[in-house]
Amino acid sequence: MTKVSMTVNGKAVSGEVEGRTLLSSFLREGLGLTGTHVGCDTSQCGACVVHVNGKAMKSCTVFAQDVAGAEICTIEGMANPDGSLSVIQQAFQDHHGLQCGFCTPGMVMSAAALLAENPRPTEAEVRHYLEGNLCRCTGYHNIIKAVLAASGQDVTKIAAE
Amino acid sequence: MPKDGGIGARTKRREDVRFLTGKGRYTDDINIRGQLHAHFIRSQVAHGRIRKIDTRDAEAMPGVVKVFTSADFAGAGGLPCGWQVTSRDGKPMLEPKHPVLAEGKVRHVGDPIAVVVAETLDQARDAAEAVVIDIEELPAVIDMKAAVQGGPLVHDEIGSNLCYDWGFVEENKAAVDEAFARAAHVTTLELVNNRLIANPMEPRVAVGDYEDHSGMHTLYTTSQNPHVIRLLMGAFVLSIPEHKLRVVAPDVGGGFGSKIYHYAEEAFVTKAAQVLKRPVKWTASRSEAFISDAQGRDHITRIELALDADHNFTALRCETYANMGAYLSTFAPCIPTWLHGTLLAGNYRTPLIYTNVKAVFTNTVPVDAYRGAGRPEATFQLERVIDKAARELGVSPVELRRKNFIKPDQFPYQTPVAVVYDTGNYHATLDKLLELSDYKGFEARAAESKKRGKLRGFGLAHYIEACGIAPSNLVGQLGARAGLYESATVRVNATGSITVFTGSHSHGQGHETTFAQVISEMIGIDASQVEIVHGDTSNTPMGMGTYGSRSLAVGGSAMVKATNKIINKAKKIAAHLMEASEADIELKDGKFTVAGTDKEKSWVDITLAAYVPHNYPLEDMEPGLEETAFYDPSNFTYPAGAYGCEVEVDPETGKVEIVAFTAADDFGNVVNPMIVEGQVHGGLAQGIGQAMLENCVYDENGQLLSGSFMDYAMPRADDLPFYRVDHSCATPCTHNPLGVKGCGEAGAIGSPPAVVNAVIDALHRGGFTHVTHIDMPVSPARVWQAIHG
Amino acid sequence: MHNFDFVKPSTIAEAVAALGQEGAQGLSGGQTLIPTMKQRLAAPGVLVSLTGIAEMQGVCMGEGGLHIGAATPHAVVAREARPHYPALAALAGGIGDPAVRNRGTIGGSLANNDPAACYPSAVLASGATVVTNTRKIAADDFFEGLFTTALHDGEIITSVVFPIPERAAYVKFNQPASRFALTGVFVAKFRDGVRVAVTGASQNGVFRWADAEAALSADFSPQAISGLSVDAEDMIGDLHGTPAYRANLVKVLTGRAVAAA
Repeated sequence: MTKVSMTVNGKAVSGEVEGRTLLSSFLREGLGLTGTHVGCDTSQCGACVVHVNGKAMKSCTVFAQDVAGAEICTIEGMANPDGSLSVIQQAFQDHHGLQCGFCTPGMVMSAAALLAENPRPTEAEVRHYLEGNLCRCTGYHNIIKAVLAASGQDVTKIAAE
Repeated sequence: MPKDGGIGARTKRREDVRFLTGKGRYTDDINIRGQLHAHFIRSQVAHGRIRKIDTRDAEAMPGVVKVFTSADFAGAGGLPCGWQVTSRDGKPMLEPKHPVLAEGKVRHVGDPIAVVVAETLDQARDAAEAVVIDIEELPAVIDMKAAVQGGPLVHDEIGSNLCYDWGFVEENKAAVDEAFARAAHVTTLELVNNRLIANPMEPRVAVGDYEDHSGMHTLYTTSQNPHVIRLLMGAFVLSIPEHKLRVVAPDVGGGFGSKIYHYAEEAFVTKAAQVLKRPVKWTASRSEAFISDAQGRDHITRIELALDADHNFTALRCETYANMGAYLSTFAPCIPTWLHGTLLAGNYRTPLIYTNVKAVFTNTVPVDAYRGAGRPEATFQLERVIDKAARELGVSPVELRRKNFIKPDQFPYQTPVAVVYDTGNYHATLDKLLELSDYKGFEARAAESKKRGKLRGFGLAHYIEACGIAPSNLVGQLGARAGLYESATVRVNATGSITVFTGSHSHGQGHETTFAQVISEMIGIDASQVEIVHGDTSNTPMGMGTYGSRSLAVGGSAMVKATNKIINKAKKIAAHLMEASEADIELKDGKFTVAGTDKEKSWVDITLAAYVPHNYPLEDMEPGLEETAFYDPSNFTYPAGAYGCEVEVDPETGKVEIVAFTAADDFGNVVNPMIVEGQVHGGLAQGIGQAMLENCVYDENGQLLSGSFMDYAMPRADDLPFYRVDHSCATPCTHNPLGVKGCGEAGAIGSPPAVVNAVIDALHRGGFTHVTHIDMPVSPARVWQAIHG
Repeated sequence: MHNFDFVKPSTIAEAVAALGQEGAQGLSGGQTLIPTMKQRLAAPGVLVSLTGIAEMQGVCMGEGGLHIGAATPHAVVAREARPHYPALAALAGGIGDPAVRNRGTIGGSLANNDPAACYPSAVLASGATVVTNTRKIAADDFFEGLFTTALHDGEIITSVVFPIPERAAYVKFNQPASRFALTGVFVAKFRDGVRVAVTGASQNGVFRWADAEAALSADFSPQAISGLSVDAEDMIGDLHGTPAYRANLVKVLTGRAVAAA
């Protein structure tokens, strides 16, 4: 076991890990941050996406020791400082961008990364950016709508309300 | 306008806040102090005889507590099947044992053989490599027709791979054959309804816990119906009486059918926790889910449609081979029969229908209900053969359908396949669809596509489904071994807030929001005063769970019934307090009034009186305000609709792009339009996924070729368009109190034939008129092959 | 997965030393290696992360063309190569998904040489040079078939040098599930000729389509290849497409790449 330290959601944390301990395991089991989900083992589904030094990454495909010292942000760190929902989180609720909620943490983290890179994406850009985040419930319609709305764009004209 | 929070309002979901902040509590988030971890060793061959299992080396490895094999389950029953189908010859289906861990033989890749339980999951996995398993591989049978034509036996002891041979309606067979002999035109189509994998984003998890001093078992599991698991596992597998078995299904990350069934892993962790006196946890990896979750669909069908000279449908005849996989999953036998054969009338007046279904055992993962379950298979074959008939006859597929629709004034409509449709208006949904999809403008759009070298096509499909499952006395006659009612307890607290305990389970459907809307509307209090509790057998009344688009139609009805009992009692209390006749008491906006007077009591006045009964008719009525109701539906509900798909095909690569998809549904009354639309969106994505992307494929040795997301194509955000959905053509259900029909499965049922019909239309418009059918998924390679075939 | 010792050197020399240990393997992003290890199909005793080596990071113009550090993530290539070699940047921006692109690296992709990976086609079509800790390997000598390269045990790719063509384009046709290339074609037109490299299609991994190169060197237009045919014999046949289908894609995508270049 090796001691690993990093900053998670603004707090310095450390813990004992093996070589094989994935960042997702360290977050979920080591730190009890169970908002980060694991939905596959082939790096496809994106439920585990977190930000590592500001970049979206699949925490199930990164070893904890490989991001020692990094700044990690998870879904638990996405709300406003007063605990209210952030603009992106609020847009997901307003536009019914989630159902079972399992893909949602990864979806929100990817959406946040997108809007940081591209503050006013087109529909096609949102769809393309989220290709690594699988959702089985929503058919993506309301997720795309929520992300467009979170970017400040008018979504009232989108088909089917 | 509906009031905010009441029926018809687009109320935002209260459950979202916890999911959006990482505070959801899914089964894998549960860790009990002292818990052990289970790793299942599964068969790598599709068929084989177990010669020897040697666990000694593994049991000596670090952290290992015990390695279990079937010997440890010698006293346990098999995983039970909840439905018995009777064959044409009057004999019951063949029902081989489905052991918790393989006994003597393995019958599919993924069949569990042994389980290592260790202090950590990595230790369990490491030790699994030291378990020596000697298996004599046997020839596997994968192809259904080969299986019933002398292929290797999946279960030696039952002597056949034919589970049942079902005819429906058997008495109509001769008349159907006669109608075909007289037909002016017969259209025939052979097709495959591709096998699918449900893949809810949350893989299955089970945690078993046991309290030695009380003998109390607790199972936390990713289930759509915890009470059903308690009943099946307790009564049939582990012999645990219900009062000593608590089953909890907390937040569940989607189900789509695959989390209805009782699985071996649930029985395993429950038993192992008792044996080891420590909690035991199992979490499926996605790779494991691919070979252990029940799969869906997998039919091979030949369908024939007979028409007279005026293009009226005169008879329908089908033969289907339905794959059961290696064992009967909980509800597997009823899917290709009672949820499939009974829907073959579709939206049409076809007077004579006969279908023969042969259910077949193969060396593949068990098959059971997946979103739609039987109804997508019925809809696909029917809507494809109608399209093919229209093409053969040179008539519009729109008009051929319209001509044969059941007319709005013919409801209730008795079909020739047992069911009676209570309401519907198929002409209205068709007209709405054509309007919303700008059908008139299609030719211009097709011309524009052509300029870009693309072939544009329009595909139409209608569907009907039987939802609100189900009248218990009817399904009992049809072979169900369970009732299909639902229950609810409405507990009004002393200060007026309400806690509802429902047997329905929410795993994405938003019951916590919609059920509260219904209560809010009925009593006139703010929805925030209502809490919906579900998913725990220790605090909710008996429930049959969530599937078959039944939650609001059946579970909601039970809640309405219980709430009506509450209102009746509350009125009696109000009558007492206001010294009025009970018949004169009215409840509106949370206030009780006496007709014709200005007397008034608030909701809270009454609830407080019920719990502080100082001035209360104690001789006539008990204190308290809590009621339970069971609701058993008198009929199925029949959601129906018209779906239109517009595609562009790239003839050089065969790639199909969905450029527009429109759905005009009739769900009856709608409690929360936002949630209903979301359900349709999700169903459409799964239906389009089946039509264009998803395919569960085994090779001839029974190895799963599409065993991960690397080869099983899940629909992604950029595979799909924005959908146009509408539910304005509502004909409310006539036999449940809310007039609701159910919306969860519709999208997955109606969309596959719309997509395929659109692709065929595009190819014909491009001059590839030799293409009459392409099996799903209509992948680029298959479309290209069809063009060049 | 099996356990291992994790080391993260900060220089190439340290990395080379670490990789000299028994059972050591390099980890450069790990977007393929980690899933493989989860399946227990790879079980290194020592895993040497190459992502902390500053001298293996970055994109810059230099002698021989565009130099890309082997541990540079795809997302950085997509962004920073754009002004210099837009077709290469576009290719990098189409690998996997954004989260994978933030982690996966060009060196890792090339060392793995997955027959459906995108980068090998760019390296081969560009006539790039693969630079390792000991030598420079020409693209034509680097790829040796499925998951096989000219790299020796313990040899590390440190950078790749891409000559910049006059015109180039990469057209990828996605395998619908994995989003790897069902077939991808990179066409690069240099002053002295055209190179066409195909990934995803052949059972032998990335290859150059010589007939198309000859035809396009004479006439760089989509019509130039209309008379050519691709032999389906060596093509991959699987769930997602037959050999004949892939052979068709090679030709169609080559034409589209020429049109897009």
